Amino acid sequence: MSTPINDEIRILTPSGMLGYGFPLDHFELGLAQQPHAITIDSGSTDSGPQKLGLGEMTCSREAYLKDLEVLLQAQHEARIPLLISSAGGDGSNLHVDAFREMIADIAGKRGWRFRLAKIYADIDKDHIRRELEAGRVEPLGPVPPLDLREIDAATVVVAQMGAEPFQKALGEIEGVDVVVSGRAYDPSPTAAVAIRAGFDPALAWHMGKIMECGALCAEPVGRSVIGYLRRDHFEIEPLNPAERCTTASVAAHTLYEKSHPFLLAGPGGTLDLSNCRYEQVTDRRVRVSGSRFDPGTRYTVKLEGARTAGWRSIFIAGARDPIFIRQIDSILDKVIGQARAYFGDVPADTYRIIPHIYGRNGVMGDLEPVKTPAHELCLIVEVAAATQALATAICGKLRTSLMHAPYPGRIATAGNLASPFTPLEIPLGQACAFNVYHLMTVDSPTALFPIEHEEIA
Amino acid sequence: MTAVVPTPLRDIAKVVRSKNAGPFEITLDIIFKSREDYEAVKKSGVITKELVSELYNVPTQAIITFGFFDLVNAVKITLPRPRAQGGIGETDMHAAQQHVPLQEIRIPWPASS
Repeated sequence: MSTPINDEIRILTPSGMLGYGFPLDHFELGLAQQPHAITIDSGSTDSGPQKLGLGEMTCSREAYLKDLEVLLQAQHEARIPLLISSAGGDGSNLHVDAFREMIADIAGKRGWRFRLAKIYADIDKDHIRRELEAGRVEPLGPVPPLDLREIDAATVVVAQMGAEPFQKALGEIEGVDVVVSGRAYDPSPTAAVAIRAGFDPALAWHMGKIMECGALCAEPVGRSVIGYLRRDHFEIEPLNPAERCTTASVAAHTLYEKSHPFLLAGPGGTLDLSNCRYEQVTDRRVRVSGSRFDPGTRYTVKLEGARTAGWRSIFIAGARDPIFIRQIDSILDKVIGQARAYFGDVPADTYRIIPHIYGRNGVMGDLEPVKTPAHELCLIVEVAAATQALATAICGKLRTSLMHAPYPGRIATAGNLASPFTPLEIPLGQACAFNVYHLMTVDSPTALFPIEHEEIA
Repeated sequence: MTAVVPTPLRDIAKVVRSKNAGPFEITLDIIFKSREDYEAVKKSGVITKELVSELYNVPTQAIITFGFFDLVNAVKITLPRPRAQGGIGETDMHAAQQHVPLQEIRIPWPASS
């Protein structure tokens, strides 16, 4: 049993992402500090829209099970709450339930009992339509305004919950062991535990903001981290003895993947770090104070959604002949024109052909400052169409035409491309696109996020 | 007196990186080794909104964040993404390799002896 929370709350985050694994010896060093809670995030939009669009998870079931078993064992032995947010990556209801099943499997196998709280984050589309019509949904940054068609097209829409649903889940029944949530603002579980214990919300959010990435705030960058939150400051330390937090590494951490270094908007307000103080307490530990939190005039949550966007196929081919490489643009134009003519019965705006030319500008496109192509090119030609069969057929036509295309000065008359792989045309399945990334004003921070409690044995 | 020569930013900064900031924004960070280097680059006046506009083909008024942030000895620049992340035609899912035009800019810098 951990010590009662008085003037310090300790929170352990073993990794910035559930399912990526973490070193057990460092985790145990963290447990030895008698933390009051373990928090770990599982969510990210960073690997693309497929998770929301197709219901896929970021990591494999095996990878989640491996991390979960370690975490559940620690919970079982130390009897401290374990909070897992944004189940599966997208934090959809589907993946909250998938995590529930994995936890039940482990509990069954090991003979453990858990009081589990699930918090769901799928948002009813009728609710979004009503709020859109009431003018309470706005684009977040450089995003087109939402419309009813895109709401319909989204496979699922989730909202990032703040700290309040976690506080509620922990408070409404006695002794919750494990919380699994749908989509949440990454710092929410850490902030919730600290705010619920009566600590300053600004410091709680700032500590959560740093810890949600694990030990990314350390030098060298690491995985496991522990935070000590007190009444007027917090301290942060990586659990790997070979890593250290420095004032520079902790202060600079909030630059990473953020729009602004000091103003971090989240559910229910904006964290303002412009007047923070960073002090080196030990060689490896940094003290932070001066964080501020501005609740603003209304409570907003971020909606996230993605739709499917047709089917894709690609082919991959090398080009080495300098006479061919010199004329690559005109040859491709001609071949694409021929393919479009050949598929003249397919409406031209229902499919897309996008060549990626590595060795010239495959990474940066028009922004590439170097204009001279390399001595060899890798061509990846991407075709998106209404069906997989059609995408592959167009891709095949393009590949065979390009292979045999005549061009001025051609002396290699047997073929223009070096193909490394079979299948020569590679079906990629369904493409997806983020189509909801908007702020919605809410009356209650908890009403959209239903909580269910159950006993797992 | 030390000669001053045009020096690539990659030879001066500790970090020059690009990354998604959500699916619709790309953010670029330049972090310096010391307060002195940071101040010297700031004072050089080379890194401006106009330069960013030219390098990344973005109108200056579309730039979301541009600033020298003294507390962290860093420059942060946030731009609209050329396309929503991960859709058809994507070339850089994480926007992790879009920093190159920025790291290649030249700053007037004392020649290393």
